[in-house]
Amino acid sequence: MKLIQSDAPHIRTKDSVRSIMLDVLLALAPAVAVATFFFGWYALFLCLFGAIVGELIEWFIVRVLRGQKDFSFDFSAAVTGLLLAMNLPPTAPWWLLLIGLLVALGVAKHAFGGIGQNIFNPALVGRIFLLISFPTLMTRWVSPVRGFAKSVWDAMTSATALGILKNSGFSAAIQRFSYTDLFFGNVGGCIGETSAFVLLLGFIYLLIRKRVNPVIPATYIGTVLAFASIMYLVNAEKFGTPLFHILSGGLFLGALFMATDMVTSPMTIKGQAVFGIGCGVVTMIIRLFAGYPEGVSLAIVLMNALVPLIDRAFKPKIFGEVKV
Amino acid sequence: MKFLTFKGGTHPPEKKELAKDKAIVRMDPPQFVYVFLSNHAGAPAKPVVKEGDVVKTGQVIGEPGGFVSAYLHSPVTGVVRKIDKLYHPVQGRPMEVVVIERTDEDRWQLLEHSDWETLSREQLLEIVKKAGIVGLGGAMFPTHIKLNPPAGKTIDTFIVNGAECEPYLTVDHRLMLERAEDLVLGVKIVKKILNARKAYIGIESNKMDAYEHLKKVCADSDVEVVLLKTKYPQGAEKQLIYAITQRKVPVGGLPMDVGVVVQNVQTVIAIKEAVVDRKPLIERALTITGEAINNPMNVVARIGTTIQQLVDIAGGMKEDAEKLIMGGPMTGIAVNRLDIPILKGTSGVTVLAHEKEPIKKPCIRCTKCVVSCPMGLQPYLLYLLGNKKKYDQAVEEGLMACIECGVCAYVCPSKIDHVRVIKLTKRVYQALRGGKK
Repeated sequence: MKLIQSDAPHIRTKDSVRSIMLDVLLALAPAVAVATFFFGWYALFLCLFGAIVGELIEWFIVRVLRGQKDFSFDFSAAVTGLLLAMNLPPTAPWWLLLIGLLVALGVAKHAFGGIGQNIFNPALVGRIFLLISFPTLMTRWVSPVRGFAKSVWDAMTSATALGILKNSGFSAAIQRFSYTDLFFGNVGGCIGETSAFVLLLGFIYLLIRKRVNPVIPATYIGTVLAFASIMYLVNAEKFGTPLFHILSGGLFLGALFMATDMVTSPMTIKGQAVFGIGCGVVTMIIRLFAGYPEGVSLAIVLMNALVPLIDRAFKPKIFGEVKV
Repeated sequence: MKFLTFKGGTHPPEKKELAKDKAIVRMDPPQFVYVFLSNHAGAPAKPVVKEGDVVKTGQVIGEPGGFVSAYLHSPVTGVVRKIDKLYHPVQGRPMEVVVIERTDEDRWQLLEHSDWETLSREQLLEIVKKAGIVGLGGAMFPTHIKLNPPAGKTIDTFIVNGAECEPYLTVDHRLMLERAEDLVLGVKIVKKILNARKAYIGIESNKMDAYEHLKKVCADSDVEVVLLKTKYPQGAEKQLIYAITQRKVPVGGLPMDVGVVVQNVQTVIAIKEAVVDRKPLIERALTITGEAINNPMNVVARIGTTIQQLVDIAGGMKEDAEKLIMGGPMTGIAVNRLDIPILKGTSGVTVLAHEKEPIKKPCIRCTKCVVSCPMGLQPYLLYLLGNKKKYDQAVEEGLMACIECGVCAYVCPSKIDHVRVIKLTKRVYQALRGGKK
């Protein structure tokens, strides 16, 4: 028997990067299931493709391109890949996802130094890249086909709720989609963003497992609510109702699972609150006043850029620190 | 029920069940004891014995080597064989050690003083000093200095630290159960020395039996027994003071700056033994525990007993023993040899079994370390700055406020060793600034 010498502490939590990422994957599973129900098996295929090919791309970059011998699968790339897939229209071709994965992992993550080093949320960078490069493919929305249908290709094309709001006003949008539809996901949109309800379920799982704290989602959604309330009073028909804004588009997916990305969000509670509020304001400005109907992705990526500044400005109070 | 506590912290597996029900047993004095002259914080003691001297149990063998220093006594009756050098676990290098061979049953040299109730505060302090009492929780700071705050600092509150928040260790728990009367008498003595108005005994909620028992024993006294939330590091001085009094010790300050003195359970009992029974500090109770020791137990051992002797009495180590820690797993020191003797501050010997090396990853900014830091620091940032050798910036971010409790490294999913780097950064910074505080 040989005794080893090492530094304290001599015990470590069982939590690991891998166990955190597995929990995130698990938390996203209900949303994937609902997407499969509404948009058919192809949606499930895209989600699995994103997660598995994401891990493989990371393995290739780290193990082959960077020649690092101690590579271990931590499933962070699977989370990125899955989130990217969930941010695509249900009709997106598989090669589109592949391009997005290469951009997300190759450029946004590993060009910055790999896990923990990236400034921008990789999945969102991938999505924005695709949105700019393939605008038609990225906005080919369909109505839900329901019932685990085989094909989504024959489905009726349909604008998203936010798209209708932008082009035709609130009455048209709410006539097409009821609040219940918006809440449970019976609407057109990206694969993973349709159902606010199941996303919330997944997030509650993460809360119970103490993987996340609710500050960013609460401030983000709260800000959207407040902003939309004010604009509702200004012009209800043009800007829509607060509830409509919360349930439509990618807000829940973004606020619960993208803005909360640990690597690209602030380190302190105060900083996270500022980050969440910023995301909310930018999202609403884009939704209501800019060219795109939806602004969640851009808002989060913009706020990602401000994280170093936020971290510097909002520090925790040192215990017993005397004010000078 | 009300649980007092602080902000931050974590809750590692307690592992107290290994030894918490084992009554403290007294170990026979070993044939050889190895007493480090540096058996306390501050300057090592100056030896006043030489090779061949015959010494009695409790006879002074070392005198204070400076202001912050302490007396040292022979733990056995026997002959000084030599003054040698041996690896010192706290200092991390060879230090002078007095080797005494036991030749006889204990013949005691007790302290000389009259009935304590007739003695003044100064006389009591002198006894504490003469008895060589130091902080037995682990810090080993000379107790007579801690009990004698400089003029201008008034102490109104005395707190007995019975939190024992380190996982595995159970010795304070046992002492509170088995020696409650001595503890309470000790509190009375310390209160008199400090002239404190109020005394508390703080106990973590995972030791309900000790809480109930002390509550009964203290029923007729003015000592208040309070229940603390079971959370690490509840027993860290500043966190304990805050939990009980809501006072915050200023950064860079000491408990006395907020009118508080804290002593570990066993230190208070040692004070009672010195003052009432006239016994100098020559032994201590400690826990021998861990998954990889055959019979976890609590023992009273003479200072200078080697780890080998402790391991033997606890039935030896199991095959899969991988790490032997002097102290508990959160702050203890891992040693790789068994010829090291215990110090006055050794609260336990924890032997851990082999475990798979956890996978290290870069920081994923999960914020666990920031949220858990009981001092409100950002360990990930201090780690980063320390590695980049940005010492001044690290100090600006509160480096010196770190109490080195290890929570950040414990909670880190990426298994980053923040504490190691922070300790190193502190040391380098102090060296660079030329030894100034």
